[in-house]
Amino acid sequence: MPKVTYVTPSGDEVVVNSDEPNLMQAAVTNQVEGILGDCGGVASCATCHVHIDPQWIDKVGPATDIEQGMLELEDNATDNSRLGCQVKLTPELDGLVVRVVGQ
Amino acid sequence: MSAETTIAEQNAEQNAEQKKCVIVGSGHSAAQLCVSLTHAGRSGKIPVEITVIGDEPHAPYHRPPLSKTYLNPAAPEPLQFIRPENFYRENSIEMRLGKRVESIDRQAKQVCLGGETIPYDVLALATGSTHRRPPIPGIDHPDVLTLQTAAQADVIRDRIRSDRCVVVIGAGFIGLEFAASLRKLGVRVAVLERMERVLSRVTSLDVSRFFEAMHRHHGVELHTSVNVTAVDEVEGRLVVRTENGSDFTADFVVVGAGAAPNDQLARQAGLDVDNGVRVNEYNQTSDPDIYAMGDCCNQFHPIYSAQLRIESVQNALDQAKTVAASILGKPVKQNTMPWFWSDQYDVKLQIAGVSTGFDQCLIRGSAKLGESFSAWYLKQGRLLAVDAINDARAYAVAGKLIPTGMCPRLELITDTNITPKELLQSAKEESNA
Ligand SMILES: Cc1cc2nc3c(=O)[nH]c(=O)nc-3n(C[C@H](O)[C@H](O)[C@H](O)COP(=O)(O)OP(=O)(O)OC[C@H]3O[C@@H](n4cnc5c(N)ncnc54)[C@H](O)[C@@H]3O)c2cc1C
Ligand code: FES
Repeated sequence: MPKVTYVTPSGDEVVVNSDEPNLMQAAVTNQVEGILGDCGGVASCATCHVHIDPQWIDKVGPATDIEQGMLELEDNATDNSRLGCQVKLTPELDGLVVRVVGQ
Repeated sequence: MSAETTIAEQNAEQNAEQKKCVIVGSGHSAAQLCVSLTHAGRSGKIPVEITVIGDEPHAPYHRPPLSKTYLNPAAPEPLQFIRPENFYRENSIEMRLGKRVESIDRQAKQVCLGGETIPYDVLALATGSTHRRPPIPGIDHPDVLTLQTAAQADVIRDRIRSDRCVVVIGAGFIGLEFAASLRKLGVRVAVLERMERVLSRVTSLDVSRFFEAMHRHHGVELHTSVNVTAVDEVEGRLVVRTENGSDFTADFVVVGAGAAPNDQLARQAGLDVDNGVRVNEYNQTSDPDIYAMGDCCNQFHPIYSAQLRIESVQNALDQAKTVAASILGKPVKQNTMPWFWSDQYDVKLQIAGVSTGFDQCLIRGSAKLGESFSAWYLKQGRLLAVDAINDARAYAVAGKLIPTGMCPRLELITDTNITPKELLQSAKEESNA
């Protein structure tokens, strides 16, 4: 079970050990503030936007084309932006740190 | 006065203030109403006491996967809950699941279920819709199924085997998504559509043709302009008969022929009902203490100047937020742009807006298999909606344009050398000019 730290919009650090399939579902199951998952995880609502900690971005990988498209007009989007639902939680991501963008 | 009694008194006072909110239905809009109401109490007191009564046995779960990823019997996917169980417990939300509300007593302000009554100060109807079974002889055969709830999806998933043969009646989103799921699992499937093309109620000809080509490419036996006249059982299998004389044999049949709003409770209670429970811009019914939201309700839409009954997750969520705002005493009018998605094979369709009534459709890009493109729907030069096929950028831009009434110059829309972002810029300039 990979451990993930979410830094919420209000600055809290929430540490989660989860066997959920992706970053969005792990956050929703643990009621992490600022991640809603309205579309259920199909890259259509952008309510799961996170910034991957720069130290982790290589391991996590960049946003796919559809994520980039969804986030293109978001003011808060950066090179480290991902839609949490598109980031699979694998054992390699144990220790991951992400910042929740929120609405 | 001891500190203890003061607190008790304060609590009593708070409880007296706490409105009792009963939600009928436990789907997407019910869950969102719980989230929005309790969010207001983040910093302490939860302003409302909530009871949810739903006839499905599960806590609210995501419905869209049922026709998409949920159906693989080899790797059964669990239900995806909208919020975890803790959420309801921690917020003292009473979940009365597996229970059906039978009537509303507006005089006494209570709902009735199985001999029991539950009082309310405010009532929210979140009863959804029910898939129609067209009036065809044999349509009620136990092997003719609908795909709307987890229980129904479980029955279907149990029956899926690669040597099976399935007939789908109706080529709307759910029918087509289901067909795509079956093809991915190697199941033979025929789709029979009464209209001349698939998705005819919701898309333009080009988009319909694209989806038809895609399904045929993936091996769906797709027939349009066919009228199903009967479903017969012959030697333990079903035979779907059509007007033109061709028969289709199936191990089971799934009907995806549209849905009707669950507005019976409201009708019996004497509320205004017309293709759904009629609500005002605050999602209030003709009884100010009763709200309705989601698939079951019908509302005037300010962007489209039309009465709409929308079946989508977005609509359920946004209307629930509107209801919450009113219950919390900070009413805001519902005015959000509808959006929707459908995933079939490797194609992601994203729709911004509602295209009904369009008089012009511009195709941006090439509507060919394997390509991404978008269909831009206009009425008298006004942008109504955009269907984006594997083109999230077009979808995102449409989402900025439609609510504001802006539209780029038409010749730019079809020019793929112009990026979607530049289209947005052009539209802004147009509206300033
Ligand atoms: C298979 C499928 C795929 C879909 N795919 C998509 C998609 O990709 N994108 C999208 O945007 N939308 C999709 N939708 C539509 C979306 O799921 C609905 O619009 C949404 O669920 C509506 O939410 P709701 O709260 O109005 O109703 P629902 O979520 O349907 O919940 C209503 C609930 O109320 C219960 N109920 C009814 N009457 C009573 C009563 N008297 N007492 C107690 N309980 C009662 C019902 O059993 C049900 O559980 C899909 C729907 C289905 C069925
Ligand atoms: S949950 Fe909707 S985009 Fe990630």
